[in-house]
Amino acid sequence: MTRPVMNGAAAVVEASFTRYRRTWRASVFSSFLNPILLLLAMGMGLGSLIELGPGGLPYLTWLAPGLLAGIAMQTAVGESSYPIMSALRWTKTFEAALATPIGIPDLVEGHLLWVLFRTTQVTAVFAIVMTGFGVGRPVANAGAVVPAVATGLAFAGAVTAYTANLRSENGLPALFRFGVVPLLLFSGTYFPVADLPAGLRPIAYLSPLFHGAELARTVSLGIASTFPPAVHATVLLGVGALGVWAAGRVLSRRLAR
Amino acid sequence: MRATISGAARVFERNLVSYRRGWVVLFSGFFEPVFYLFSIGVGVGALVGDVHLAGGAPVSYRAFVAPALLASSAMNGAINEAFNILPRLKYDKLYTTMLATPIRPVDVAIGEIAWSVARGGIYAVGFVAVMATLGLVDSWLALATVPAALLVGFAFAAAGIAGVSFMRSWQDYELLQLVILPLFLFSATFYPLDVYPPLLQQITRISPLYHGVELMRGFALGSLDPTMIGHAAILGAVGAAGTYVAVRRLHRLLLF
Repeated sequence: MTRPVMNGAAAVVEASFTRYRRTWRASVFSSFLNPILLLLAMGMGLGSLIELGPGGLPYLTWLAPGLLAGIAMQTAVGESSYPIMSALRWTKTFEAALATPIGIPDLVEGHLLWVLFRTTQVTAVFAIVMTGFGVGRPVANAGAVVPAVATGLAFAGAVTAYTANLRSENGLPALFRFGVVPLLLFSGTYFPVADLPAGLRPIAYLSPLFHGAELARTVSLGIASTFPPAVHATVLLGVGALGVWAAGRVLSRRLAR
Repeated sequence: MRATISGAARVFERNLVSYRRGWVVLFSGFFEPVFYLFSIGVGVGALVGDVHLAGGAPVSYRAFVAPALLASSAMNGAINEAFNILPRLKYDKLYTTMLATPIRPVDVAIGEIAWSVARGGIYAVGFVAVMATLGLVDSWLALATVPAALLVGFAFAAAGIAGVSFMRSWQDYELLQLVILPLFLFSATFYPLDVYPPLLQQITRISPLYHGVELMRGFALGSLDPTMIGHAAILGAVGAAGTYVAVRRLHRLLLF
């Protein structure tokens, strides 16, 4: 009897890398271009209208770490939506994988490793660009990549579960329009949650991106976060773990025969 | 090549019927500019205060940014719809089927452009209603932003369909985003043009969205200006050129 040369999750993540070999150039290009455009337009352009940003910081400085966490969320949601829909429904690569010794926990674990890779890549580039814009110190910005990646991972499982539960791909544009866009705009990324009407603030506190943005800002700029850092970190880890559990359950149901 | 009214109308009708099942997707496009208005306009606007426009009274930031979001949403609606012709053209072979009827490629082009303009128009009416509710419009003149949104939609629908006709596959969607994002961010959308150094100001004038934003802002803030005729003319010219290319391309792709 031959033993598998690697474990299941590693095989799943290898498949993602094999696909990525064909598209990585465009993806690396846009991972540089996006932060440059965003920081130029919103940080410098819009920021030039703002005399004093939140916390007395220049608006560009205050904005950048929040967008760092935001881009991690966007990347993780992107990787956990259409590619998962494709693997389940269109190309059926998940079914193909299950015909091998790979099990559903391997699919989930492999997907998380892949999201870990992609969010690390995108946020590392963002941290470099943001340092180039004169925000934070290089070492602190490198440190802020950690909470940003954790923000991405907090969404990976839940969005995978959501996608796997959909009956048609029409639910995916809705995820971006009613999920990603409002989260990006109202999670204390572009303006402080404290400036929201009091009744809406508790809703913003539910957003994992709020907690990620707060942590990224604390690490990158050394300013105090709204709640103690341990609280923000616990929320991210808790939401992430819950999502992974849900993803495993939904995938088991969808792929069971 | 002349489009027949009934041919183009049939193409339009086909889209209307097909969206009966996907109206949620259609409807959801309305919310995006509204979210931006509350976040950037109201939220960030509290940090900005008033914006001083050249030769005008100061306006609140939310009143400044709202017409720009209206123009952007007309662009986005038109471009998203234009991108939808790719599967119809390449994968579903929808237009090939239509050619078995009296419908000609030119009818397809005109019908699709008209549909995109209509989709953008629906969003415009909804957004102007939101602006009025928030007290962001000064006079009845603001109603002119609706036809202006149709003009912006026409320019981007025609140019979008012309552009999409050159695409090879889904992957080229990235290229489309590569054009749309800078247009959205740098067309004097979120801050006045005079923030830029003179050279960048000139470059911005290349963006059709910039002309749409300026046109909308004039109507919404009730400050009419002769340059608005120029902005409208440029949008019309972009639309006409796009229509010309779109008609020729569809003719080539479908009949040869």
